[in-house]
Amino acid sequence: MPRRKDLRKILIIGSGPIIIGQACEFDYSGAQACKALKQDGFQVVLVNSNPATIMTDPEMADRTYIEPISAEVLEKIIERERPDACLPTMGGQTGLNVAMEAAQRGIFEKYGVELIGAKYEAIRKAEDRAEFKKAMQKIGLDLPRSAFAYSVDEALKHATEIGYPVIVRPSFTLGGFGSGVCFNRAELERIASLGLEYSMIHEVLIEESVLGWKEYELEVMRDIKDNVVIICSIENFDPMGVHTGDSITVAPAQTLTDKEYQKMRDAAVKCIREIGVETGGSNIQFGLCPKTGRMVVIEMNPRVSRSSALASKATGFPIAKMAAKLAVGYTLDEISNDITQYTPACFEPTIDYCVVKIPRFAFEKFPGVDDTLTSQMKSVGEVMAIGRTFKEALQKGIRSLETKRFGFGGDGRDEVFGEKIKTAEALGRWLSKARNNLELRDKIFAYIAKPKQDRLFYIRYALQTGATVRDIYDVTGIDPWFLSQLREILSLEGNLLEERKKPYSRELLLKAKRYGFSDQQLAFYQGTTEEKIRRHRKRLGILPTFKLVDTCAAEFKAYTPYFYSTYETEDESIRTKKPKVMILGGGPNRIGQGIEFDYCCVQAAFALKELGFETIMVNSNPETVSTDYDTSDKLFFEPLTFEDVMNIYEGEKPVGVVVQLGGQTPLNLSRLLEKAGVKILGTSSRSIHEAEDRDEFRKLLAKVKLAQPPNGMANTEKEAIRIAKEIGYPVLVRPSYVLGGRAMEIAYDEIQLKEFIRVAVEVSDNSPVLIDKFLENAGEVDVDLIADGKHQVVGGLLEHIEEAGIHSGDSAMAIPPFSLDKKLIDEIMSKTKKLAQCLKVKGLMNVQYAVHNGKVYCLEVNPRASRTVPFVSKAIGVPLARLAAKVMAGRSLRELGFVKEVPPPFTAVKESVLPFIKFPGVDIILSPEMRSTGEVMGIDQDFGMAFFKSQDAAYSRLPLEGTIFVSVKNDDKEEMAPIARDLAVLGYKLIATRGTYDFLSARQIPVEKVMKLAEGRPNISDCIMNRDVKLVINTPSGKGPKLDEAKIRSLAVLHGISCITTLDGARAALQAIQAFKKEGYAVKSLQEYHKMEKNGSRKVKSV
Amino acid sequence: MKAILALEDGLILEGESFGLEGETQGEVVFNTSMMGYQEILTDPSYKGQIVTMTYPHIGNYGINSEDVESFRPHVEGFVIRELSGITSNWRSEESLDEYLRRNRIVGIEGVDTRMLTKHLRDFGAKRGIISTVDLDGKRLVKRARNVPSIVGQDLVKEVTCREAYDFEKDLPPSFGWPEEFPRPKKEYFAVCVDGGIKFNILRKLRQHGFRVKVVPASSTWEQILQWKPDGVFYSNGPGDPEPVQYLWGNMQKLIGKVPVFGICLGHQMLGLALGGKTFKLKFGHRGANHPVMDLKTGKVEITTQNHGFCVDSKSLGNEVEQTHINLNDKTLEGIRHRKYPVFSVQYHPESSAGPHDSDYLFSRFYQMIDKGVW
Repeated sequence: MPRRKDLRKILIIGSGPIIIGQACEFDYSGAQACKALKQDGFQVVLVNSNPATIMTDPEMADRTYIEPISAEVLEKIIERERPDACLPTMGGQTGLNVAMEAAQRGIFEKYGVELIGAKYEAIRKAEDRAEFKKAMQKIGLDLPRSAFAYSVDEALKHATEIGYPVIVRPSFTLGGFGSGVCFNRAELERIASLGLEYSMIHEVLIEESVLGWKEYELEVMRDIKDNVVIICSIENFDPMGVHTGDSITVAPAQTLTDKEYQKMRDAAVKCIREIGVETGGSNIQFGLCPKTGRMVVIEMNPRVSRSSALASKATGFPIAKMAAKLAVGYTLDEISNDITQYTPACFEPTIDYCVVKIPRFAFEKFPGVDDTLTSQMKSVGEVMAIGRTFKEALQKGIRSLETKRFGFGGDGRDEVFGEKIKTAEALGRWLSKARNNLELRDKIFAYIAKPKQDRLFYIRYALQTGATVRDIYDVTGIDPWFLSQLREILSLEGNLLEERKKPYSRELLLKAKRYGFSDQQLAFYQGTTEEKIRRHRKRLGILPTFKLVDTCAAEFKAYTPYFYSTYETEDESIRTKKPKVMILGGGPNRIGQGIEFDYCCVQAAFALKELGFETIMVNSNPETVSTDYDTSDKLFFEPLTFEDVMNIYEGEKPVGVVVQLGGQTPLNLSRLLEKAGVKILGTSSRSIHEAEDRDEFRKLLAKVKLAQPPNGMANTEKEAIRIAKEIGYPVLVRPSYVLGGRAMEIAYDEIQLKEFIRVAVEVSDNSPVLIDKFLENAGEVDVDLIADGKHQVVGGLLEHIEEAGIHSGDSAMAIPPFSLDKKLIDEIMSKTKKLAQCLKVKGLMNVQYAVHNGKVYCLEVNPRASRTVPFVSKAIGVPLARLAAKVMAGRSLRELGFVKEVPPPFTAVKESVLPFIKFPGVDIILSPEMRSTGEVMGIDQDFGMAFFKSQDAAYSRLPLEGTIFVSVKNDDKEEMAPIARDLAVLGYKLIATRGTYDFLSARQIPVEKVMKLAEGRPNISDCIMNRDVKLVINTPSGKGPKLDEAKIRSLAVLHGISCITTLDGARAALQAIQAFKKEGYAVKSLQEYHKMEKNGSRKVKSV
Repeated sequence: MKAILALEDGLILEGESFGLEGETQGEVVFNTSMMGYQEILTDPSYKGQIVTMTYPHIGNYGINSEDVESFRPHVEGFVIRELSGITSNWRSEESLDEYLRRNRIVGIEGVDTRMLTKHLRDFGAKRGIISTVDLDGKRLVKRARNVPSIVGQDLVKEVTCREAYDFEKDLPPSFGWPEEFPRPKKEYFAVCVDGGIKFNILRKLRQHGFRVKVVPASSTWEQILQWKPDGVFYSNGPGDPEPVQYLWGNMQKLIGKVPVFGICLGHQMLGLALGGKTFKLKFGHRGANHPVMDLKTGKVEITTQNHGFCVDSKSLGNEVEQTHINLNDKTLEGIRHRKYPVFSVQYHPESSAGPHDSDYLFSRFYQMIDKGVW
């Protein structure tokens, strides 16, 4: 069945901001869908609130709405655009949920919009637990046995039938609250009775426990002719009980016979048919009892997913692109396989390598949080590595993570319960101590019994004590096959240690490389440097071979240059004579480095292709658009380490390497690369150094006559205290070489300083720590600039909404500035340009300023792409990263036609999205340490509405009526009063605890008193839990999870109540509400906004 | 122990020995299934061939007594990237290494199997030798040139049963019959002419309502008819179809007398019996992911394939309808006669190893007998 002719315009729903569990994979899928549908002649309308995405680039769709993703907004867009169909399966759970809501409200029906990809009924059947269970039973598939109970007796009865252990899941509680595993009657009585109490409807589900079972996933595709194919099988390293997003996963499945795999395949095919996903991809999860082989269906996602992105990268089969084509009527046999070109897409990829995905966590950002991995996802990013064997892929994966690890241990970073193993000698001592040390073994076993982010390494230590694979399997439930692979790595490490005294033989070295050992690890064993190992290795002729990812295990010729490195006989590199540029990507997503940098790298690939270069992308993050083989001319799915990058560089011989767009990861490599003779494009590393080194930086600022807050460098606690005394408290403690403000803190006194300095020294790897005078009540400004060596143009001047002291990655910002006067703006502009001149910037630069009592202070200069580049680019309608890449390749800004600032005739607000809901109990106040995972953009005519939209998009919609709880610290009370008064005028009911209540009521502001936690019941926590409060305004008087106010904030987040923690935020919120009440919601596409910019128009037509 | 694989065209690959130490020779081919090495090893169609697995980790789940496709492995040699150090599966009874050693099969691991696969893809299936005794690569290459070609050989006689047997009565029940299907009430009797039959074909026939008798390939058409079958089935089998003249010659006599269904070699037999020609594919189809389109419904099946020869679609007369084609290379995958109740497919609807999409063909055989439609 060919392409449908009755559809002309299609609405695609994006996934919104990056949150835990929903990351750039949906930019990848959405961008693919946009591209596929546009190429096919459809008009594409897109809605996504996340500006840092490639999909929201104005060229990707015909109409791009950077608006909050809600049913309300969807209706407005549909009303305006009148699309024929809506594709809801590309935007993750967000996309599905909003489509479901819109369907329930009858919006699609009202405007005659057809849901394509997955119909309402299919989505409901897959998403509703009870419906899903019914459907699976109907087709004879097994599920974990379960039953609902309404009393403890009933629970006990069900448990007897099901068999212990059972899991108790109270219905309608948040985030798995009140659930637990019960191994016996006594436990069940206790947990069930509590659970019944917690449950709003006095209902608990008693479910058979499948903890410790093997876990699998299949990626399935189906077309309208009912052709069904499996794209990829995935086996989890960690057994059931750990969210698959937090688990190490491996493709393809390793320990299933064909009979068992086919049984699973049959089940998957039946499942997608019964649920009724007519066209597109689904992901189906299975649990398998390792003792009996009993297979149960766990769940199904009727949409593309993180796993489907992984499967696409793992096999070379672009699931999202195909899903989009299937949704508009094509069948699988009508679409050709991109990679082999002449065979059809209607087949099942087969691979001849092993793929390992490893999650990346950020627990260090959330002190006090339980870091046990559970069924709720907590990781913030992931890497994928490809090797010919699991051992190779795993070790490559570990070094891709950028956690300063270079393989499965043996890299000088091993640490066992605080004992650091920094040298090969220390490792030798540790080994002799650990061997057969039963006490230690028991301690390690107790630790690995619970899944944690570092469990993999503790398995290493367990093996080193002489524990058997069987023992470790019994404790962890990790399949013996995986464990034996780990043991094989250790056994080769044994040989490497034995032979460490003399240069390794060719045979041993080659074997080590084939096992995935990095030069760093080998250098560690030999007590030498990475460079020496590298030289020795090259002398022996041990060089990596590059192999193709081709969907077919070499059965057919592949035309797509998608490579991974391994150590084999044949190298399949394809070398052309074209001049090449290599772009280093950003690696795994983490807090402080995310999709923004991938956006920049992708833009660079596009730009350099336009200039006729062959572009080479290197990255290790499977979620990204940059690792789509369509993005650049050649894709290398490789770790971003010196060794791996140099291997590619030496083979490809590019004219230069772009490091300034991928964030800190490639930037950290730049000096090493340059030393090795690599040509770095754009701003020189000398200039980068000038901006980073404190002394040079001081000289630089003096040159352009810019002030900086008084500061000093401290190597010790004593020095820090001395400096703090000199410059005066409060001071900002900043460790060096960290990402996302790791361990940055404001110390108000010496006691705090002492505490912070200890952590700061530790995280900065014993580099000196900077002590800055902290400017209280200062405004903060971010400037993004592009320069070509001659011209400097400011892309955007962003005024922070919150005061200085909150990490720029976490604070809200607006462009153009909303409160700065022209004189200050001009000064900042001209100083920024001067800085760029002095640094001879070629490419992008970001500068951060504080404005304190009308005076401008420079906080930081970063001669590279910043997090705000995509946001600014979307706001001004100029693709800054694309221009920067061209500048780096030698074009001038004049040639590129960008010589003048673009003042947007509207306001764009960037708001951050924080992951606190996943970390209950953590205090949610903003600080110099960045903790947000993503961002949204709100655009409108004026600041108020833009801010309103940004809050809505960031899932903290401002309430239009109801009760607001106000509790602010003493310093803020004066300024809070007028805000409170206006809120009361707008009709809100205000409640406050004693201090704030007294203050406000004394000023005749209508307010009701509510009890503090310790004052009795009902108190403020009851109000929050009953959701009587719609908004919390609470500015912190101190920091720490033990404080009453921290508990209130955390509770509010847990119950989905918006919480404002700064006065600036409250003020902006008030403005937003006022604007909304006056103007209401109107939507407008990015293309229209950009047209206004071009025409210099100031008119906005509202709908 | 070191082992060498040498091809007739000069390619020499070094690796480590596993399974039996010694020497073996045959036509070197590759299979792209990621799972199912046990089924592949025991598929009699691999007689005369050294099989390379493209998936690098082999042996992970060991060997069990249920998943065999015949009584012993038939491959001449086994080439893989990495043998698993342990086995991990609740049904595993033995390691692959032990199994091959016990069955005297020479294996080589540590080979760049992707390079080998690309080579075979580009230059065609080649004669080769694996050796742990003669480690002179050049000499092995020369010797590989003397390995008898698979073309023109009758390999069927090496793998067919010696005498007729009854599937249910004579085979041990340890093959783990798949869970009971709702079998048709009415049972038919199928005589299966064994060109190297896979057990799963027998299982499938049984499941779909047949009583199954297996007879040697050398059975004449008169002998076959003496069993009074409701239908005759021609099985898969190894090597070049053309020299097995006795097989398709007898089949020719049966056409029009009794419904006939053929799989793989059985399909090639039908092609030859209906006056067609076969030719050797460059490197064959071996794997579990090949798309085949049913030309009647337009639906695509993902199929298991294992054949080095193919029926030339142009050589067939008008009375023969092409029912299935391979979407990868558009070669013929299935035919039926417009007048006589006969049909066949080149691929493996019994799968094993591979997807179960084509199960319906066994029902079609049943319907051909029961309702006279095919």
